[in-house]
Amino acid sequence: MNKTIELKKDVTILFAGDSGDGIQLTGTQFTNTNALFGNDLSTFPNFPAEIRAPQGTLAGVSGFQLHFGSIEIYTPGDDCDVLVVMNAAALKANLKQLKQGGVIIANIDGFDPKNLKLSKYPDGVNPLEDNSLANYKVFKLDITKMTKAALADSGLGIKEIDRTKNMFVLGFILWMYNRSLDNSLNYIKEQFKKKPEIVEANTKVLKAGYHFGETSETFMTRYQVEKATMKPGTYRNIMGNQATALGLIAAAKKAGLQLFYGTYPITPASDILHELSKHKKFGVKTFQAEDEIAAVASAIGASFGGALGVTASSGPGIALKGEAIGLALMLELPLVLINVQRGGPSTGLPTKTEQADLLQAIYGRNGESPVAVIAAQSPSDCFDTVIEATRLAVEHMLPVFFLSDGYIANGAEPWKFPQSSELPTIKPVFATINSKTEDGKYLPYKRDEKLSREWAIPGTKGLEHRIGGIEKEHETGNISYDPANHEFMVKMRQAKVDKIADYIPLQTIDSGGAKGKLLIVGWGSTYGSITAAVKQALAEGLEVSHVHIKYLNPFPKNLGEILNNFDKIIVPEMNNGQLVRLLRDKYLVPAQGFNKIKGIPFTAKEIKDKIDEVLAN
Amino acid sequence: MTEITATSTAYTSKELVTDQDVRWCPGCGDYSILKQVQTVIPELGIPKEQLVFVSGIGCSSRFPYYMETFGMHSIHGRATAIASGLKAARPDLSVWLVTGDGDALSIGGNHLIHLLRRNFDVNVLLFNNQIYGLTKGQYSPTSEKGKVTKSSPMGAIDHPFNPLALCLGAESTFIARSMDRDPIHLRTILKRANQHKGTSMVEIYQNCNVFNDGAFEVFTEKSSKAEETLFIEHGQPLVFGANKNKGIKLDGFKPTIVELEGNSVNDLWIHDETDRVKASILTRFFDDPAKEGHLPRPFGVFYTENRFTYEEAMEQQLQESLSKGEGDLDALLRGNNTWTVA
Ligand SMILES: Cc1ncc(C[n+]2csc(CCOP(=O)(O)OP(=O)(O)O)c2C)c(N)n1
Ligand code: SF4
Repeated sequence: MNKTIELKKDVTILFAGDSGDGIQLTGTQFTNTNALFGNDLSTFPNFPAEIRAPQGTLAGVSGFQLHFGSIEIYTPGDDCDVLVVMNAAALKANLKQLKQGGVIIANIDGFDPKNLKLSKYPDGVNPLEDNSLANYKVFKLDITKMTKAALADSGLGIKEIDRTKNMFVLGFILWMYNRSLDNSLNYIKEQFKKKPEIVEANTKVLKAGYHFGETSETFMTRYQVEKATMKPGTYRNIMGNQATALGLIAAAKKAGLQLFYGTYPITPASDILHELSKHKKFGVKTFQAEDEIAAVASAIGASFGGALGVTASSGPGIALKGEAIGLALMLELPLVLINVQRGGPSTGLPTKTEQADLLQAIYGRNGESPVAVIAAQSPSDCFDTVIEATRLAVEHMLPVFFLSDGYIANGAEPWKFPQSSELPTIKPVFATINSKTEDGKYLPYKRDEKLSREWAIPGTKGLEHRIGGIEKEHETGNISYDPANHEFMVKMRQAKVDKIADYIPLQTIDSGGAKGKLLIVGWGSTYGSITAAVKQALAEGLEVSHVHIKYLNPFPKNLGEILNNFDKIIVPEMNNGQLVRLLRDKYLVPAQGFNKIKGIPFTAKEIKDKIDEVLAN
Repeated sequence: MTEITATSTAYTSKELVTDQDVRWCPGCGDYSILKQVQTVIPELGIPKEQLVFVSGIGCSSRFPYYMETFGMHSIHGRATAIASGLKAARPDLSVWLVTGDGDALSIGGNHLIHLLRRNFDVNVLLFNNQIYGLTKGQYSPTSEKGKVTKSSPMGAIDHPFNPLALCLGAESTFIARSMDRDPIHLRTILKRANQHKGTSMVEIYQNCNVFNDGAFEVFTEKSSKAEETLFIEHGQPLVFGANKNKGIKLDGFKPTIVELEGNSVNDLWIHDETDRVKASILTRFFDDPAKEGHLPRPFGVFYTENRFTYEEAMEQQLQESLSKGEGDLDALLRGNNTWTVA
């Protein structure tokens, strides 16, 4: 059959179905194939909060969005070009995401009366039949039936056959975008190594899906998305939490330290634990504690012993760690604190994303308790940023918050991974017998030019000393209730954090000029949407710039200067206005918040519209 | 990490004293415990720099400041968790944990039970004074029912914990009881605790002479001690009384007091530290000394068991993984699927 091929610069596709439909796998496989082909891309999986919500219901819908292209890709895409739905609930939950005129590929088996009822369509209404989708191109496929047909002689049971449906979808989509099956075939072989009959079944169904595209008369057009022009180099695909885990292993190695990771499971941070626990051959010790308090406390204990103590959680768990973080900053031990933020307060929106823990990281403890805070801006940036968090913690001897969020933690993008030799070396300063004063005393809190102290670990002969959370005397570390000493020490701990500004890079401007009418200031995972919006605005000739702040406490030294060069400052955040407060407080600038608190990231369009609106006034 | 070359196992008790003024109330039982620890430690052959004392918050938890070793005075209830991380990272250290009844059993109860089941090789010294000392006299989770304190003017209505029964239930591999007022016994128990590989739980009855004076008087005062206490030793019959004239016999699972006159020592319960069921019965020797027909309170090592420590298991998995070749960072960063853009 003669089919036409249409060229596309970029495509956003959303796979949606029941949690049990294997949607995440289909999405990941298609992503990897495109990545290997050479597209730039960005993904966003969207999980339901319930592990096994009743099948067919709206609560059980799981989604995986992929934006890939031959152009630079900054976000998983605002609206979709293509929506693949395995059942009625998936359509209902995601239709608003589809562009007018977009493509719907629907599995008609998922639109039977039972599914329609579960997804709460009114009696007798089937959206596939009632013309309500007239504005879209709808393709109805009986995926269940075709899968069954493909496996008719396989001898497999109905359940097992049904489980391979997602391979049919994958095969078909690979055909539609003119991609090779090889990567997925390899995956199947590897994944089901021990079950040859399952390998065979999945292979058959995958090929059936592909073949269906080839022979079907309904589909006369295939699409081609050419390779992106990316910086030369070798790439891989990486998710945020995975990048965080690899970054920790790399940082420990570069610091010559044992990595100790104490944590308690919580969405969306648990995958860091899963990843790290696989890498024992790097000497990684993971400790699944009884709660978050024990998790942070164990990391503090490990740091006291001379290991790199790391703990991770999400909002509610970080709240539990508060007191111990205060202890770590009093002890002046290195501690890397990871917060993969999710919607709050309380249990909030566990599987949704938010940036609402910035003020918690900076202020959320009793007393005057400054710690350093830095944030990652994309999945692969988690790698560099967590290494930087480790560098600050170890070289400045204090707790450092590394902020990530559900969006970048689960999102993926191509990563031009570095060689280990290119990574920065981290230099811990251990106390030795020579650290003693002339009269043979050891002063555990004697400070260097960074206002940091040496790391005196148990086992070092002659350096026996005591540290604790009670206010201590300058240098000796002995308990002290002296009023003047307390004020001195509070200011000292603040000065120590402020001093970090001398050891971090100056703030750069991401896009646009150094002066102008409007500056967009962001932090964390909004990077992609802001970049896409600002680039578009610049292409339209608008006078706008973008600054993205990685170092949130302390701020880079030149930040105030940059802010003062603009007439207006807008701060988009997935919270009710947190960075904007910090900027107003510190620099007395008339920065304005632009907030979205819906558990989902900004679209580039939302930010672009805001730029247009502000510049029009 | 610094290489440990020369060690220093030869030091005196005096060298374990710090230059800090001890701030406990005069007469507090903590003094004696500190003294016994400082006396015993030099005999254990542990290099001084390998010793770490970790504590929570409470009067007792000030302890590390008075020990010329490595030490950390941490936060309320969490010393157990801190020691777990320390021991996981540094199995080579000798870690001692000092805690109070409030610190260990109230705010830190959760961490305590998990420390015990994981069996980290640390020595826990639980100073039980049946009161909150540092916060000036509220009832604690070990205060007896009806206890009148600042926070329970009509008497505490909480049912108290039986600490050793709790610990045994939490899969403890070593439980023992001693007291501040019996230095010789305390020193023996401290040595035993140090010998045990795994978490050693030592409950020490400690007099808080300011807020709960005399809580353990019946066990410590000469006039009543012999009748009210039962010093247990492995392989020895359970005998007590002023003239060692009483013994304990097991009637099925029921312990009964018998007069030795007319009864053979051979019929008595012979203490077996490795018998978990009997240890469990022993922890139940916990009734009110004022009650008619009550059993004497046992002191000594109740139970001990050899079980893999957490840090050993952790090291073993690590070594097992390392034996297949040390991790290659570049291979890790590269992953399984790459593509090259020219
Ligand atoms: C988080 C927290 N809550 C409460 C306190 C107050 N506090 C300090 S010590 C203590 C109880 C101490 O009792 P115990 O552990 O029995 O030790 P003791 O002082 O009797 O030796 C309390 C409630 C605290 N320091 N921290
Ligand atoms: S209050 Fe009690 S426990 Fe605390 S130091 Fe004084 S006597 Fe000892």
